[in-house]
Amino acid sequence: MAVPVSLWPALPALPLVMAVTGLSARRPAVLLFFALMLLDGLLAAALGLGLLTGQLPTVSHSLVTGLPGLAWHLRLDPLSGWFLLLIGLVQVAVAPYGPGYVRELLPGHRTPGALGFFTALFLLGMQLVVVADDAFLFMIAWELMSLSSYVLVVFHHQRSENRRAGFLYLLMAHVGALAILLAFGVLATHGHGFAFDTLRSADVPPLWSTVAFVLALVGFGMKAGVLPLHVWLPEAHPVAPSHVSALMSGVMLKVAVYGFVRFTFDLCGAPALQTGWGVALLTVGSLTALYGVLFALMQHDIKRLLAYHSVENIGIIFLGLGLAVIFRATGHPGVAAVALAAALYHTLNHALFKSLLFLGAGAVMHSTHERDIERMGGLLRRMPWTGTFFLVGCLSISALPPFNGFVSEWLTFQAALQTWVLDSGLLRSLLPIAAAMLALTGALAAACFVKVYGVVFLGQGRSRHARHARRVPRGMRAGQAWLALLCVLFGILPVPIVRALGTITGPILGDDLHAASVQGLLWLTPISPKTASYGPPLVVLALGLTWWLTARLLRRGRARGVVSCEPWDCGFSRPTPRMQYTATSFAQPILRVFRVLFDVEEGLEERGGIHYHLHVRDRLWRLLYEPIGRGVLGAARQVARLQSGRLRAYLAGSFATLLMLLWVIGL
Amino acid sequence: MNTGLLVLFQFLFFALAAPLLAGWVKRVKARLQNRRGTPLLQGYRELWKLMGKQALVPDTASPVYRIAPYVVFASTLLAAATLPVLGPRLPLASMADIIVLVGLLALGRFFLALAGMDVGTAFGGLGSSREMLISSLAEPAILMAVFTLTLTAHSTNLASVTDFLLHSAPALRPSFLFALMALLLVGIAETGRIPVDNPATHLELTMVHEAMILEYSGRHLALMEWAAQIKLLLYAVLLVNLFFPWGMDAQGTPTGTLVALTAVTFKLAVVGTALGVTESVLAKMRLFKVPLYLDMAFLLALLGLLSHVILEVGSR
Repeated sequence: MAVPVSLWPALPALPLVMAVTGLSARRPAVLLFFALMLLDGLLAAALGLGLLTGQLPTVSHSLVTGLPGLAWHLRLDPLSGWFLLLIGLVQVAVAPYGPGYVRELLPGHRTPGALGFFTALFLLGMQLVVVADDAFLFMIAWELMSLSSYVLVVFHHQRSENRRAGFLYLLMAHVGALAILLAFGVLATHGHGFAFDTLRSADVPPLWSTVAFVLALVGFGMKAGVLPLHVWLPEAHPVAPSHVSALMSGVMLKVAVYGFVRFTFDLCGAPALQTGWGVALLTVGSLTALYGVLFALMQHDIKRLLAYHSVENIGIIFLGLGLAVIFRATGHPGVAAVALAAALYHTLNHALFKSLLFLGAGAVMHSTHERDIERMGGLLRRMPWTGTFFLVGCLSISALPPFNGFVSEWLTFQAALQTWVLDSGLLRSLLPIAAAMLALTGALAAACFVKVYGVVFLGQGRSRHARHARRVPRGMRAGQAWLALLCVLFGILPVPIVRALGTITGPILGDDLHAASVQGLLWLTPISPKTASYGPPLVVLALGLTWWLTARLLRRGRARGVVSCEPWDCGFSRPTPRMQYTATSFAQPILRVFRVLFDVEEGLEERGGIHYHLHVRDRLWRLLYEPIGRGVLGAARQVARLQSGRLRAYLAGSFATLLMLLWVIGL
Repeated sequence: MNTGLLVLFQFLFFALAAPLLAGWVKRVKARLQNRRGTPLLQGYRELWKLMGKQALVPDTASPVYRIAPYVVFASTLLAAATLPVLGPRLPLASMADIIVLVGLLALGRFFLALAGMDVGTAFGGLGSSREMLISSLAEPAILMAVFTLTLTAHSTNLASVTDFLLHSAPALRPSFLFALMALLLVGIAETGRIPVDNPATHLELTMVHEAMILEYSGRHLALMEWAAQIKLLLYAVLLVNLFFPWGMDAQGTPTGTLVALTAVTFKLAVVGTALGVTESVLAKMRLFKVPLYLDMAFLLALLGLLSHVILEVGSR
C-alpha cells in the first residue's frame, strides 16, 4: 500500500479543513468533521508506514510561510514516520468514536464550535511537530499543540476545578516550552542557525551539550509528565472530553517523547551522548514509573487513574531511553539499538492501549454518568463489547503475554540484562536494579488493573446508574475494537515492527537490529538466538492448543453443563452489592505497605451513620510546588513595592533603566 | 529422545506429576503429625472426580468467571513446559524464556484475581487484593533472583542457562547462594504455602488463594486446583534444576534420560519432604508481615546480584 509521497501536503491541509467544519455543531458538519479526521488519520498512518518500510524516501521541503530569512522546513524521515503512524492509528480509532460521544456532549453547551475547531488545530499541531525540520516551525507547532489542548482541557469551563487544572496545565506547558526554546538556543548558538541540519552539525562542547540536554529533559519531560514535573497531568487529562483525553494521553505525551528523542539522539547526536545522561534518564524513568503506578492504585476516579498510568508508562519509556544512552555512550550500539527500539515500541504500545482504555472509560461514563469507580460494577454484562475491549487494554497495559505491552517490556528487560558488557561496576549493578523497578512497576500495574476491571466490569452494580447502564453506539464500539485489535496484533507479530524500528535506529545509532529477525517472523531475537528469544505466535498457538485439549479432557463434566446458583460465600447470606470489596479496600494493603510515599488523610466521621474518608495526595505538592508557589508570590509582592504611585519614583526608575541599557549597549 | 517426544514429555510430566508432589507433601505432613494421611494417589482421584461433576456457577458471575480456569490452567501448564526437566535440549525454551515464564504465570494470576472479584462476594475481593499485593512484591524478587543466573550465563533462555550450568566448571558462587535463598522464599509465597498462605485452610480471615476460588466447583475447581499443583511443581523444578543441575542429561541418550529422570524424581522428593517439614514447624504469618518477608527475599536477591557484579566479574 504505497502512498505517493507527494500526498504529504494533505497532512496539514486536512486538519485546516476540519477546523472550519468543526466550527459548526450541526450533525452533518460533525459527521464530516470526523470523516475528515479518519481520512487524515489513515493518510498519516500510511505515510508513516511507507517511511518505515523504506517504500518512501526521506523527503525535505521548505515552505513559503515563515519569516523572511527564516523559512519553515519540513522533513519526513523514519523517526517522523513512526510517530505519524502512531498519531494516525489513534486518530483512526477516535474518528468513529467521536460522533456518538459528542452527540451527548454538545447540546446545551454554549460554545460547541470550540471543541471541533480546537481538536483540529490540536491534531495539526501534533502532526507538524513530528515533521518540523527547524526549531522555529517546531516551536510554533509545539505552541499550537499546547494552546489548543488547553482550550480542550477547559472545555467544561463551568466547573472551577477544570479552570484550575487548565491554568496549571497552561503554566507548566509554558515553563516547559521555555526550557525547550533555551535548549534549541544552546545548539543554535553553536550552530549559527535554526534548521535541524545546522543544529545537527553544530560543534557543541560537552558542557554546553549537557546544559542543552538538561533543558530538553525539563522541557520535554514537563510535557511528557516525568517526575517531579507530572503534577499537571492527572489534573488536566481527566477533565477534557474522553476522546480528547485519549488523544492527549495517548498521543500528545508521545509527541513530547518524539521531541526528546529527536533532540537527544538526532540533534545532539549519538557521539555526543554521555553516560551521565543515561544514568539520569534511568533514575528519573524508574522513579517516575514506580511513582505513577503507586498513585494510580490510590485513585478511584477512572480517568485520573488512567492519567497516573500514563505517568508510569512515560517512566518506562524514559527508562528505555536511558538504557539506550548508557549503552551508546559506552560504545555498544547494538544493545543501545535494542533499548531505543524498546522505548519506541513502548511509546506506540502505550498510545494504543492507553487510548483504548480512555475510550473505554469514556464509554463507561457515557452510559453510567459516573466517573467514580466505587459506584460502578457488573458492567461486563451490561456492556459486553466495551468490557471485552477494556479487558484487552488492561491485559496489554499490565504487560502480560501475549499482548503488546509485554513485548516492549521484554525488550527493555533484554537490554537491561546486557549489563555484563559494561566495564564500570557501578553501571553494571545499576541496570539490573532498574530492571527490578520495572518488574515491580509491572506487577503493581497488574494489581491496579485487576482492581479497575474487577470493580468496574465484574461483580454487581454499586449504583442505580451502573445497574441500568446501556450499550454505547456502534461507532464508539468500533473505535475501541480497532485499538484492541492493534494491541493484539502488535503483541503477536513483533518481528516486522522491530524490523521497521531498525530503519530508525540504523541512521541514529548505527545498528539496524538485523539480529532481531534472523529467525524469521516467528521469533524475536533481539541480541542473538542463543541469548534470548520469544515466539509470541507460538505462545498463542500453544496456549490455544492447551486450552482445546483441556476442554477435550473435561468433556465428561462438560456434558453435564453448568447450574446457576446463589453465591456460596462460605455459607453466609446472599451478598448484596454493598458487601463487595471496593476499590479503596482493594488497594488498602498496598497503601499500607507503601505508606511513607503518600500524603494520607483518613478518618471516620459520624453524620447519619459512620462514614470513612480517605484522601491520598501527592506528597510533591507539599514538598515542592507549594514552596515554589509561595516563593513566586513573595517575589511578586516585593516587586510590587516599586508600584508606589509616585510619579517621581517612576521617572527615576525609567531614567535609571535607560542609563543601564545605554551602558549595556556600549559594552 | 527426539524433540517432539520431548515436548510431549514436558507437558505430560508437569500435568501428571503435579498431583503426586502435592500428595507427597501432604503425606509428609501427615506423618509428622502422627497421622496415616491420605494415599499418595488421592490427588488424582479428587481431580478425576471433580472433572466429572456438574459445575455450579453463581448467578452473579460473568463469562470471565467461566473462562478464568482455562486461562489459569493453560498459562500455568505452558509456563511449566518451558522449564527444562531432563536436559538443556528443549525446543520450547526458545519460544518462551524466563521472563515470558514469569509473564505467563502473571497472566494466570491476573485471571485468577479477576475470577475472585467476579462473583461480588467480600471473600473473593479479599483474596484477590491480597494475592495481588503478595505477587507484586514477589515478582521483582523472582526476576532479580533469576537475573543473577542469567547474568552469569549471559542468556535468559532457560535451555542456554541449563547448558551453561552443566558445562561450566563447578565453582562456589556466593551470588547463587543468595539467589537460591531468595527464590526459596518467593517460591513459598507464590505457591501459597505456609507461612504466607495455608492451602489447607478455609478459615475465612486468613485465606488468600482459597478465597479467590471459594465459589468454584466441579471441573472449574479441578482446573484451578490442578494449576496450583502444577505451579508448586514448577517452582520445585526451577529450584532443583537451576541450582542443583546434577544428573541432568546433556546429550539425550536413553540411559542419560533415565538417569536424569531418576535424579529429578529424587531431588523433587527431597524438596517435597523439606516443604512438608517446614510447613509442620512454622505457623502462618500475619498478612502485614508478608511484605517484610518478601522484602527480605528481594534484599537477598539484590545481594546476590551485587555479589555477582562485584565478585564474579568476567568469571564465565
